[in-house]
Amino acid sequence: MELLNQISEYLQQGDDEKVFELTGIAIKEGISPKEILDDGLLAGIGIIGKQFKNHEIFLPDVLLAAKAMQAGLNQIKPLLERDKIPGMGKIVLGTVKGDVHDIGKNLVGIMLKGAGYDVIDLGKDVASEQFVETAIIEKANVVGLSALLTTTMPVMKEIISMLKEKDPEGNIKTIIGGAPVTKNIADEYGADAYAFDAANAIDQIKLLI
Amino acid sequence: MKTILERIKAGEILVGDGAMGSMLFQRGLQRGDCPEKMNLDHPEVIEEIARFYLEAGADIIQTNTFGGTVLRLKEYGLEGEADEINKRAVEAVRKVVGDKAYISGSCGPSGKMLLPYGDAEPELLYEAFERQTRVLIEAGVDIICFETMTDLREAAIAIESVKALSKDTPVMTTMTFDKIPRGYFTVMGTNISSAAEGLKEVGADIIGSNCGNGIENMIEIAREFRNVSDLPIIIQSNAGLPEVREGHLIYPETPEFFAHHLAAMKSVGVSIIGGCCGTTPNHIRAIRRIVDTWK
Repeated sequence: MELLNQISEYLQQGDDEKVFELTGIAIKEGISPKEILDDGLLAGIGIIGKQFKNHEIFLPDVLLAAKAMQAGLNQIKPLLERDKIPGMGKIVLGTVKGDVHDIGKNLVGIMLKGAGYDVIDLGKDVASEQFVETAIIEKANVVGLSALLTTTMPVMKEIISMLKEKDPEGNIKTIIGGAPVTKNIADEYGADAYAFDAANAIDQIKLLI
Repeated sequence: MKTILERIKAGEILVGDGAMGSMLFQRGLQRGDCPEKMNLDHPEVIEEIARFYLEAGADIIQTNTFGGTVLRLKEYGLEGEADEINKRAVEAVRKVVGDKAYISGSCGPSGKMLLPYGDAEPELLYEAFERQTRVLIEAGVDIICFETMTDLREAAIAIESVKALSKDTPVMTTMTFDKIPRGYFTVMGTNISSAAEGLKEVGADIIGSNCGNGIENMIEIAREFRNVSDLPIIIQSNAGLPEVREGHLIYPETPEFFAHHLAAMKSVGVSIIGGCCGTTPNHIRAIRRIVDTWK
């Protein structure tokens, strides 16, 4: 549909005002919020994610697109809730204790919300216990851990072990990422998945749930 | 004593220092603590690290002020102590090195993203860098070093703030690049030629790269800088990228590995060679040994 394509296009250009305006028009025209989400917003952010993954675009483009995504989501969110459109899953997210770097983690959060997940973002410098407690209480599907420093990276291992103790059946999956993290490190730490960037995090989480 | 720029102009290659963070963690810094607060609480540790690098043969010793802008210190509730933290950092190094080495005032990114992709006004960053560098300069650094920059706009704002403060203080600026299929780019999308051009435009005296790469990629990066710029080049290489071995985090590139690649750095025309994450006084000693054979 032309209007939804336009929403996707403007989202990719990072034009939050246009996305906000067109999403409003789409709602008035009676297009279902699910369609606006899937064929407008998610279609656009999906392309941005792929382009970022392929190094065709860089972080500023993604951040601008994410802002535009948020503008559209704000419009349709109340309608999605009204229609009780089931979520994709619940994700607890945060940067580990001792680490205040949150750009990558925020990006993952924005893209997850964009993809329809229920995201509980604990922020940065988060105590290990808080990850575990929140995941158990909220019955999260996945816990996503981020660390940028090589010195804080081992905290992720500690959290994964704590979680395995509290959730021996392994209902709650773990995914880790951040500049120094590699697939090998994720395996060594016992994480269920590793993401090399934000777009990849969304792909990996899809596979986990 | 000749200035850094005079010695570079005379064709000398200067040796930088190595990693700071890992040294602090080995000496009592706890995860979650502000590394720069060590300047207030344990100046003896800061002095000890400066002494290690001085004895290893570094010509330039960096201050422990990477996260010393008021914006970064605020994340630890230390914004009220920002000036003191920066001042003490310089004093500790000066006490050890006297006039035997230069002091470089290290300034990392603000941690904020500029508008429109982020939410920070340029003025906010300008004021933060101006405040930090004013204290560093008054406390007697020989040079200011903006490092690990990924946003050229932020780097330019930082350099402009120093140049407006002091015409006499040289500024070096290093950016962190990732190797992607079409070349070296920062995560924000700056390539080496736009970095070289943009940094020169606002008055950077020495440009180059730190962090993010081991020494082999750094040689390629240096070569690209040389091809597009006539400014002196600084390279502060990681000891490779971290790996986990038997549960421990290690940086794979040894001092010998570094030493082996220095001839290439020289042939490219790098003026300052030092280390970043994972490097130790032993790496700096290895660099010193090779550089001395070139005299």
